[in-house]
Amino acid sequence: MPNLVYVIVIGVLIGAGVTLLLERTLTRVLIGVILIGNGVNVLILNGGTFGAAPIVGENTTEEMSDPLPQAMILTAIVITLGITAFLLALAYRSWQLLGHDEVQDDAEDRRIIELAERDESHQDDEADEPPDPVYDDTPRKADR
Amino acid sequence: MSFLVPLPVIIPLLGAALTLMMARRAAAQRVVSLTALTATLAVSITLLVVTVSNGPQVVAVGGWAPPVGIVLVADKLAALMLVVSTAVTLCVLVYSIGQGFADGDGETPLSIFHPTYLALTAGVTNAFLSGDLFNLYVGFEVLLVASYVLLTLGSTENRIRAGTTYVVVSLLSSVIFLSALGLVYASTGTLNMAQLAGRFDELPDNLRLLLQGMLLLAFGIKAAVFPLGAWLPDSYPTAPAPVTAVFAGLLTKVGVYAIIRTETLLFPDGRIRDVLLVISLLTMVIGILGAVAQSDIKRLLSFTLISHIGYMLFGVALATEAGLSGAIFYIAHHITIQTTLFLAAGLVERRGGSTALERLGGLGRIAPFLSILFFIPALNLAGIPPFSGFLGKLGLLQAGVDESGVLVWAVVAGGVVTSLLTLYAIGRVWNLAFWRTPHPEMPRDDDDEDSVLLPRLMVAPTFALVAFSIALTVVAGPLFEITSEAAADLISRTPYIEAVFPDGAP
Repeated sequence: MPNLVYVIVIGVLIGAGVTLLLERTLTRVLIGVILIGNGVNVLILNGGTFGAAPIVGENTTEEMSDPLPQAMILTAIVITLGITAFLLALAYRSWQLLGHDEVQDDAEDRRIIELAERDESHQDDEADEPPDPVYDDTPRKADR
Repeated sequence: MSFLVPLPVIIPLLGAALTLMMARRAAAQRVVSLTALTATLAVSITLLVVTVSNGPQVVAVGGWAPPVGIVLVADKLAALMLVVSTAVTLCVLVYSIGQGFADGDGETPLSIFHPTYLALTAGVTNAFLSGDLFNLYVGFEVLLVASYVLLTLGSTENRIRAGTTYVVVSLLSSVIFLSALGLVYASTGTLNMAQLAGRFDELPDNLRLLLQGMLLLAFGIKAAVFPLGAWLPDSYPTAPAPVTAVFAGLLTKVGVYAIIRTETLLFPDGRIRDVLLVISLLTMVIGILGAVAQSDIKRLLSFTLISHIGYMLFGVALATEAGLSGAIFYIAHHITIQTTLFLAAGLVERRGGSTALERLGGLGRIAPFLSILFFIPALNLAGIPPFSGFLGKLGLLQAGVDESGVLVWAVVAGGVVTSLLTLYAIGRVWNLAFWRTPHPEMPRDDDDEDSVLLPRLMVAPTFALVAFSIALTVVAGPLFEITSEAAADLISRTPYIEAVFPDGAP
């Protein structure tokens, strides 16, 4: 039976997960994803009837718990495992390349920041150096 | 002929396993992937023929009858999507093989590309064929995880940056989808879509609205509709050209397909029609305004991609036979055309050394054949008659005009404006990249080296896709017949439900 404890557990897990997901560090995002994943698993579990182990011959059909949510959770756990491994690799590679694992600003954000900086420097000393293009995606052989 | 239904999922998966085992033999990998995708294409075409003549084909996986087991259903919509997506995937595979040869890494390629690419195909076909919401989720996850790997291929700094955003946003949408599934199961006790169709009608209105909203949110992120599509222009252009092309063609359309399937089968009452209409208008107009402001061909194309998702959503929102038929036709057209344009952009990048508009110029004189390969799909995208883009837009706008209501007419007007602005954006690319005098920094070669810069194996698939898009125009009449039959099936819902449960849904 779904009871208040489960509901609170789901709420806390997903709430904490969302908070972590809003962080910029990839490792915290990863922990957030794991927490949300577990919260959703408990949510799915509460969708079925609770009862004895669903093995034919051991228990009658009426006593059994619903096996389908458990099967779905198993699938979801496997998927979360794969995602966790990938995110860890991504965070590690980011740390290797950049020395940190923070999510970067996107191209449009950087362009706006650059425009703002250019405006400020114009006001300061009328410096007129054209900055480097932010969005440089010229092909390199190694990029393939 | 229902034994054909699982094959489009199984063949690429087997291919993925085989290519993974042959990680050190590049030539064998290429042969396996090409064979697998060609076989999938042949099966898909057969399936389309069978479903058009005999109605939906159903397979209960593992012999477990529904609703206990998972079903795979190929109706006209799914079969048509399969044919178009597999044809496009095959062309892009040839293109990427050509690029691999041209870059001189024919001997030491990234051995992970082929298995991942085939897994992506399997995910896409599984999502199209799934008759079960949880299996749809699994299909999505397969294609998403494969796309994470493809997007960060080679893990350069730029791709890690773009990949991070993409992965986090996709994870969020997956989590929303999964919790929606949990709630759907808790409230109805099933995830079989044909069975859900009946059971949703008995649920309280507020609960249905919540479930509908959650599913729409999850699919909306994947389909990149406004305001959920901001991740797309930032992540797609950094990937290798063939990967961007296949993502642009397929991934968002799988989201749109899921929206069509759930909106017609599970929530046919059209309660959120106005919301969908507003979203489609905003997606079209804001997307294309973003495209007009871009100075890079790939980013510009990413914005037109978002913008034209709005057209498909418009057809879904109308939920009339004409509207859905137009939307389905538009998906088929747009998968082809957007992929072709990204492949052509990849060729431009090769020939001109960049896709930034300020560094290009004079391509029309330097590479006339490439110009044609870009020009035809570009006009097609903008909706110039007589191409399929024009026919698709015409079908959708006519469906809109048939309806009454200020909001619908506003979206029709928005559609016309978007089409014109697309023409403007494409015209700008043409002016800057293909006319003008050649940029001094561009690679200068005489005609002999042209073939070196543009390998035949890359040009040929692009040309094949251009030909395919023209073929879509030529067979537009019969194709529209199929799409309106598919739309009629979607609206009446009975062919789908009866195919899964011949004796009535339990």
